[in-house]
Amino acid sequence: MNIQLTDEERMIQKTIRDFARKDLAAVADEANREGTFQDEIYASLAELGFMGITVPEKYGGVDFGTFSLVLTLEEISRVCASTAVAVSVHNSLANHIVLKYGSEEMKEKYLPRMASGEAIGVYALTEPDAGSDVSAIRMSAVKRGDEYILNGSKIFISTGDKAGVIIVIARTDPESKTKGMSAFLVEPDHPGFSVGKVEHKMGLKASSTVELVFEDCRVPAANLIGEEGMGMQIALGSLDGGRIGIASQALGIAQTALDEAVLFGRERKQFGKRLVDFQATRWKIADMATNIDAARLLTYRAARMRDEGLPCTKEASMAKLFTTRIANTAVYDSLQIHGGVGYTEEFKIERFFRDARVTEIYEGTSEIQRLVISKQVLKEYEQMYPA
Amino acid sequence: MGKDVLVFGEIRNGELKKVVKELIAAAAVITGETGGAVDAVLVGAGAEKEASGISGYGLRKIAVVDDDAVADYSSEGYAAVLASLVGEEGYGYVLMGATSMGRDLGPRAAARVDGVMFSDCVEVRIDGGALVARRPVYSGKLFVELTPEGDGPVFISIRPNNIAPAGESGGSSEIAAKPSGVDRAAIRAIVSEIIPLAGGRPDVTEADVIVSGGRAMKEESNFRMLEKLADLFGGAVGASRAAVDAGYAEQPIQVGQTGKVVNPKLYIACGISGAIQHLAGMRTSKVIVAINKDASAPIFEKAHYGIVGDLFEVVPILTEELEKMLQ
Amino acid sequence: MKIIVLLKRVPDTEAKILINQDGNGIREDGVKFIINTYDEYGIEEGLRLKEKVGGDSKVTAVCAGPEESTEVIRTALAMGVDDAVHICDPALAKPSPFTIAEVLAKAISEEGFDIIFCGKQGIDDDMAQTQSILAEKLDIPQVNNATVFELADDLSKAVLNRRIEGGDEKVEASLPVIISCEKGLNDPRYASLPGIMKAKKKEIRVKNLADLGFNEAPSSGRSRVLKWLPMPKGGECKMVEAEETVDAVKELARLLREEAKVV
Repeated sequence: MNIQLTDEERMIQKTIRDFARKDLAAVADEANREGTFQDEIYASLAELGFMGITVPEKYGGVDFGTFSLVLTLEEISRVCASTAVAVSVHNSLANHIVLKYGSEEMKEKYLPRMASGEAIGVYALTEPDAGSDVSAIRMSAVKRGDEYILNGSKIFISTGDKAGVIIVIARTDPESKTKGMSAFLVEPDHPGFSVGKVEHKMGLKASSTVELVFEDCRVPAANLIGEEGMGMQIALGSLDGGRIGIASQALGIAQTALDEAVLFGRERKQFGKRLVDFQATRWKIADMATNIDAARLLTYRAARMRDEGLPCTKEASMAKLFTTRIANTAVYDSLQIHGGVGYTEEFKIERFFRDARVTEIYEGTSEIQRLVISKQVLKEYEQMYPA
Repeated sequence: MGKDVLVFGEIRNGELKKVVKELIAAAAVITGETGGAVDAVLVGAGAEKEASGISGYGLRKIAVVDDDAVADYSSEGYAAVLASLVGEEGYGYVLMGATSMGRDLGPRAAARVDGVMFSDCVEVRIDGGALVARRPVYSGKLFVELTPEGDGPVFISIRPNNIAPAGESGGSSEIAAKPSGVDRAAIRAIVSEIIPLAGGRPDVTEADVIVSGGRAMKEESNFRMLEKLADLFGGAVGASRAAVDAGYAEQPIQVGQTGKVVNPKLYIACGISGAIQHLAGMRTSKVIVAINKDASAPIFEKAHYGIVGDLFEVVPILTEELEKMLQ
Repeated sequence: MKIIVLLKRVPDTEAKILINQDGNGIREDGVKFIINTYDEYGIEEGLRLKEKVGGDSKVTAVCAGPEESTEVIRTALAMGVDDAVHICDPALAKPSPFTIAEVLAKAISEEGFDIIFCGKQGIDDDMAQTQSILAEKLDIPQVNNATVFELADDLSKAVLNRRIEGGDEKVEASLPVIISCEKGLNDPRYASLPGIMKAKKKEIRVKNLADLGFNEAPSSGRSRVLKWLPMPKGGECKMVEAEETVDAVKELARLLREEAKVV
């Protein structure tokens, strides 16, 4: 597995790195303090092609792979993890689902708008009673004529209030738990759709998280994605990409935690020595750097496997489990090195500390990742050493 | 190779640049070894008037070239004048200031006479009969020492404020007017106007004293305080990139890697932490004073004198104290 | 209109620059290389000019440098440059500006040109010579350190501001002309993803000295580096302290006058 960057990938990395450090950095602090979504940033990212990274040229994308998306999310998250949320969901979930499961007609209708950034794609799965347990979804979809009528609500939907395209998983057959779900592409101007409660979160404040309400929401039958009953398959099939996306986000957060720790520790003196000259600091730096490298290897590997069409469910889960964990230890240690000032808004680490937390929760909690990984590992043993 | 030195006496706005006397001093270092003479050429409006200002500074003769074709600076016209003088007199060395004019003119003139050029030098000397020029590279992160190979004349631009200026040595220099021999119609890039920067202060690259502000200045209007201090010395106000990016100051006064490289006698850094990019632009200043609230700011590692304190408190007191001294 | 933009591959501005073990250059291991920052302004201005003039205008990048320069050339192509000439020859290792200018002059003449843009200096050697020597070799006017560029409607001349001490010179130059760019001229665009995708298909014509009709590296304006020296470390900073700020500042003023002798 080659995790070296190609020339092209290095160019992509340079563009997004320069953009993040210049344009995004100029607005990130304030956006996170004020809790505002940066429309101009998304417009610029779209103009540069970052809203259609994995979409084929014929639908207006640039046809680069998951690996390029990983580099993109990593660099964005080094500056503003909030911004990475929408970019990740849009590319690795919304674009991916339409591309993989949508009809040709749907692809032609929606992908160019999504790839150009005109329509931000969001993903609506979670419900009050269906978090990790996807099969508990209650939202109903009933076919009436050439429309489906959707009823129910979805919560914790990232960027839901900015959406141009909403991928919704709803129940078309109340009898069958897993086969009774279907996926729909909803537009915000479909009658009966509205944005509900806005969440006030601990972190990722420049990314909105909202409730989406569907009250007799009428969606054209043509907007059923795939076939009736494919909802679970579609939801599970997009998990790998989503998890690699969040691993990339956590990777960026962890890298900044280390960067800030070293830069701060080099300048700050106590007892006549620089902080980086204390062994206690050095050990933290060594652990952070090693963890980040290991996390990067796991994440890059999962991305390469996905680009090569190899099954990578276990690898994606491992990348997410490990990277989100070490991101949280990295921000913790970095803040500890900063000392008191790290607890103030004056220093970046305060924001990154808060932003890191949710990476262990969304797109499958760490507990779910362990379930996935252990199930896969046991299966492998089962094949190697049948009981 | 010729042993005589020609000094290009740059004139801006009708006045001889301060660096010219520094060039004469540098030329004397060369002729001290080669045994040659030092001449100067003044080109453009004001040349005749200004020539008397350096007569007797150890110059053998001063050529004054001032006709219509060269009244205003042009790289083509002035390069032609230098080239013809080098051709006629066989100069081995041509010195000029590393100014916007010198940097524009030097390479073109050198190419015309098949010479070589060393830009932005901070030191020249003769070592074992050969010229050695020292110049910073990589934004001042390193120096190189170069020596010419071949027989062509050596053009050298020297950074202002680096070499003690020549003093009067008595006597006088022979001043002779000379036609430019340049056809005005043949000049293809013509200066139509000079648009001065707002404010009557010298450019940061030329000032002896620079007072610079960083992001800690908090707002544009607070730079007035720095101007007041700079004005005591007829100095310039500079700014760090952070201050420029924040909109507190304009880009032309930015000091650092992506701004100006400065070399004043006194550099006062107010609320500048000292990012490596900033240090690249001012590290060669003779005396650096740092005023910063943060005792661990890296600027103190490059500074000669430091005060840990609030610049809004320190700068007004310093201005008052220095004003008393200067009266 | 035929627009040429010159490129140089240089160490990143943030790179740590150290003298190599042989003492004859810098350590390149671990150093990231980029397009010379000032050249990016030239690329941007060239692209804007093409967009403005339209028609069959074309922007060609010309880069003299080692094989590894391909990456910066591709970046320029991804920014929108149409095609590129890469002058690459082992005999051009550590060339003088005069040698490079002569080689560039040949390559550019073969391409044809109406206007040439480049950076005001390479941020490695900081010599700021090549463009003016090139102007002389091509027998065209030069405008260095441009901060404003406009082309007359009849395309016959360029009107520019060029940065000088304490202001700008307004310059009118007839075409063809070479323009070196100063920071502030424009805000260079990023290489977009569609641009990076299209760059794959664009042509880079690699030429060595023989292709350009040289038997050996042109030897005009030769010089030799005698040695590389590190920047001397500054002395210890004298921290002026006192219980009251006012006393510390008074002491500082005294030191500046009596010890440093700068007041």
